[in-house]
Amino acid sequence: MGYVAVKGGTKAIEASIKRLTYERLKESEIIEVKTIMATMRSLVDQVMSESSLYSPFLAALSIKQAEGSMEEAVFIMRAHRSTLPRLYYSQTVESESMFVERRISASFKDIPGGQLLGATTDYTHRLLDFSLLDERVKQNEEWVKAYELELANIKATDKVSYFPKVVEYLRKEGLFDTYEADDTKPVDITKENLPFPAPRSARLQVLTRGQTGAVTALGYASLRGYGQVHPTVGEVRVGALPVYVDQPNGTGQNHEDPYYIGEIKVSEVESFVPVSTKNQKNEAELEFEIGYGVCYGQNETKAIAMSILDQCLEHPESNFPTHDEEFVLLHIDSVESTGFISHLKLPHYVTFQSKLDSVREVKKEGKE
Amino acid sequence: MKTMTHFAFFDEGSKKEIRRATLKAVAIPGYQVPFASREMPIARGWGTGGLQLTLSLIGKTDIVKVIDQGADESVNAVSIKKLVQQTTNVALTENTEAASLIQSRHRIPEVPLTKEQILVLQVPTPEPLRQVEASEYITKRLHAEDEYSGVWLLLFEQIMKYGKTATGADHPVYVNGRYVMAPSPIPRFDNQKLHYSEALILLGAGREKKIYAVPPYTDVNSLAFEDYPFTVESFADHTCYLCGADDVFLDELIDETSGKSYYQCNDTSYCVDRLNSLKEKEAAPTHA
Repeated sequence: MGYVAVKGGTKAIEASIKRLTYERLKESEIIEVKTIMATMRSLVDQVMSESSLYSPFLAALSIKQAEGSMEEAVFIMRAHRSTLPRLYYSQTVESESMFVERRISASFKDIPGGQLLGATTDYTHRLLDFSLLDERVKQNEEWVKAYELELANIKATDKVSYFPKVVEYLRKEGLFDTYEADDTKPVDITKENLPFPAPRSARLQVLTRGQTGAVTALGYASLRGYGQVHPTVGEVRVGALPVYVDQPNGTGQNHEDPYYIGEIKVSEVESFVPVSTKNQKNEAELEFEIGYGVCYGQNETKAIAMSILDQCLEHPESNFPTHDEEFVLLHIDSVESTGFISHLKLPHYVTFQSKLDSVREVKKEGKE
Repeated sequence: MKTMTHFAFFDEGSKKEIRRATLKAVAIPGYQVPFASREMPIARGWGTGGLQLTLSLIGKTDIVKVIDQGADESVNAVSIKKLVQQTTNVALTENTEAASLIQSRHRIPEVPLTKEQILVLQVPTPEPLRQVEASEYITKRLHAEDEYSGVWLLLFEQIMKYGKTATGADHPVYVNGRYVMAPSPIPRFDNQKLHYSEALILLGAGREKKIYAVPPYTDVNSLAFEDYPFTVESFADHTCYLCGADDVFLDELIDETSGKSYYQCNDTSYCVDRLNSLKEKEAAPTHA
C-alpha cells in the first residue's frame, strides 16, 4: 500500500513543467515575437482585447509563451497587468477623432463621408490557400512595392479629415434622443468590485474585456430569439485613437499641454435598435436607441455582439437571460470562466469524502 | 528585456487595497467585503483569493505553510508555495506549529492553531445563499435584512426528503449571531474548529471578489435544528493505518489487490509528526 497522491508533488510538478518545455522545443523551430506581431495581427488584437492590456509586443510574447493558446495568453497578460502600478487615467477619448482605416454602415448606402472598406476578410473566399506553402520573402517584397506604387499614384489631400458619426445625421432628424453628455467619473472595475445594479460604465468595461467567443455567443442568442434586441449596424469603424494624459500636477484649469502617450487601435460599433416608447400624450411611438460596442484591435464580430448586449442590459425589464446583467457580466470573462472550469481538475478528496459520508448516512437510515 | 517582480508580486497600492478590505472583514465578522481582486499568475478557482490575502499580509519574517485538501505536497499546494517563495523568499514549512501564515484549501489543520498564527482559507463560493438565490443583488439584501429563511428551508427540505440534513462540506455557519457564512468547503468535521478559534481566520474568494473573516474568539455555530442536531462526518471504527489516529478527518483509500478500503490521516503533516514522535518513543528505551 503506497502513501497515496500526497507525496512527491514537488517532483511531479517539476517533471510536468519540463515536459511542457520539451513539447515547445522538440521540433527545434523558434517563432520570433516580431514574426507573431507581423503575421498574427488578429490573434494579437484578441489577446489585447480580452486581457485589457494594450501592448502588441507583450501580447505577442504571451502568445509565444502560451504556444498559441488564447486562454493561456490572456491569462498571462492579465497576471502581468496585476504587477503594474496604475498611475494615470487618460483624458476622455472622443471617437470622432479616430484615424479611420475602415468604416461602413449597414443602415445607409450613402453616409456622409462615404463607406470605406479598408482591410477586411469579409469578401474573401475562405478557401485554403496552398500557395502560402511556398511563400518567398522576395516575392512578397515585390508585391508590397508594386502596391505602394499604386498608392503613390493616388493623390492625397493635405488635410486630415475626420468622419462624422452616422448617428449625428439621424439625430438631427429627431429619430434619436439627444442626451446631455454624462461626465460622471466612470467606475474602474479593476479597482473596485463590480456593483449591482451596475452603472453603464462598468457594464461596458466588462463587455469589452469579455472572452470573444462568450460575448459573441450571448449576443447571438439575443439576436436569434433569447432576447429582444434586433439591431441594424449603424456604423462599424476601425482605426487609431490618440490617447492623452493630463499633466499630473496640473490643476486642470491652466493651459498646460497634456501628454500624448500614443495611440490605440480599436473597433467601434454603434447599433441602431428600434424601441417603442410612449409620447407625452401616452401614445405608442417608435424610436431608435443605440447599442454601443468597442474593443481593442480589429475584432468587429465582438464589437457588434457587445453593442447588442449593451442594449440588452439597458432593458433589464425583459425576462431573457441576455437582459440579466448578472447572468451576462459574471460569466463572460475568460480568466474567470476558464479558471473555475479548470479548477475541477484539482483534487476534491475531502469535499467528496464529506458528501460520501452524507449519502451513506442517508442510505443507512433508509434501510433501518 | 528582463523585469523583476515586486516583493510579494503585487504593487504596494494593490496590497493596501486588499488590507483595507481585510480590516473591514475583521471588523464585521462573517460579512463578505467586496474587493477588486487582481488577476494572479495562478488560475481563478485555484486559490487566487487565498493567495491575494497571503501576499498582502506576508512580511520577510513570516514562515508559510500551504495545504491543499489536507496535503502539503499536493500539486497545487506546491505550486502556490513556489510562487510565494519566488516572489518573497520567505521560509516555508510543513510543520503546522512552526508556521505563522497558513494558506489552506478546504481543511483546518488538526493541530489547534494559536493566536500567533493566521489561517487563510481559499473559497470557491463565498455566498451561503447562492443555492437558494442566484442573484448577487438580492443575496446582498437578504444579508442586510438578516433574512435567512432560504437557507433554513434548504436544510428543512433535506430533512423532509432524506430524513436528515444531507450537507457535505461547506455546511453554513452563523458568525457572531449575525451573518450566515459559507465556511468554504471544509468538511463538517472542521466547522467546530472555527468556534472560538485562537487564530485569526481569513477567507478569500478571488473569482467572486470577496474577503471575509472569523476574528479570534468569535462565536461560530453550524446551522441546525434542536431536534436534528448538527453532525460531523463519521469515521467510527476506523483509524489511520499509518499512525493509528482515531480522532481526525480520514481519507478513504482502496487497496488495489484486496479491493477493501483502508484509512489514512487527511492532514499529512499531522500524520508525519505523529509517526515521528511514535518512532522517538520506540527508540527511547534502547538508549536507556
